[in-house]
Amino acid sequence: MCHQTVSLIARHLEANGIATVILGSALDVVEHCGVPRFAFVDFPLGNPCGKPYARAMQRAIVTAAVDLFENTLAPRTTLRLPHRWSDDESWRDAYLAVRDEDLAVLRRKGEERRALRKALREAGRVRQE
Amino acid sequence: MTGAPVDYMTRTRRYYEAQGFAKAYVWAHFRDVPFTPLAKPLADATLALVTTSALYDRAATDPRYVASAAMAPPPSRLYANDLAWDRNATHMEDRGSYFPVEPLAALVAQGRLGALAERFHCVPTEYSQRRTLEGDAPEILRRCRDDGADIALLVPL
Repeated sequence: MCHQTVSLIARHLEANGIATVILGSALDVVEHCGVPRFAFVDFPLGNPCGKPYARAMQRAIVTAAVDLFENTLAPRTTLRLPHRWSDDESWRDAYLAVRDEDLAVLRRKGEERRALRKALREAGRVRQE
Repeated sequence: MTGAPVDYMTRTRRYYEAQGFAKAYVWAHFRDVPFTPLAKPLADATLALVTTSALYDRAATDPRYVASAAMAPPPSRLYANDLAWDRNATHMEDRGSYFPVEPLAALVAQGRLGALAERFHCVPTEYSQRRTLEGDAPEILRRCRDDGADIALLVPL
């Protein structure tokens, strides 16, 4: 959801004269929305600027993202950065995986979540417009 | 071999289906994309940084609003405990992995980038696209303009 939110923000800034670059890791969400400039880092969600404590990698990624301001001639430009998370690719399948043995727990979590939202609404604990 | 990028929209839909949510979320999609060419050289431009992390440790049930704070000195840490990121694969203990103030400051020092805006901005993650489009986006724009920002780098978690 973070990627959709910043995609919407970027579109609004662009429509009002501020050029933008998104630096993120959810390719499908950003491209589905449609943004002008996107630097894509193919990492698990949470570390789009580089692996934790990898300062040289972080500098390289952020510099490449900033270069996109100059190098982009048309909207929907995605730069796929070459950095790899690790040799172990298992994180790709593990994120939000729905396994048969988890179905009962997930169903219960959903019920708790709906009940909480209902209670918050009834208590007026919602964002004020 | 490197795998294909994760299909987060499909993954999320299946996850919420499994939780018993009857209606699938409709992700934002637009045919047209606004585009502002760079109006001045990067070396003369002022950049605003926008993050989806938060200034304090929000509860998932807290109402969320746009917040801003000084870039210098940068915050010692930011918070993301109420957001969706990959808790199995990584962590958020290194601010530099999601809030790039030091690399940006280095680009300014090198003369590659003009300046950093005085404040960075935290935008709340919302399921409601209307809230983002009608509330938060104009607010972020107003704050960027107040700070004289020409360009913005947006970094979602």
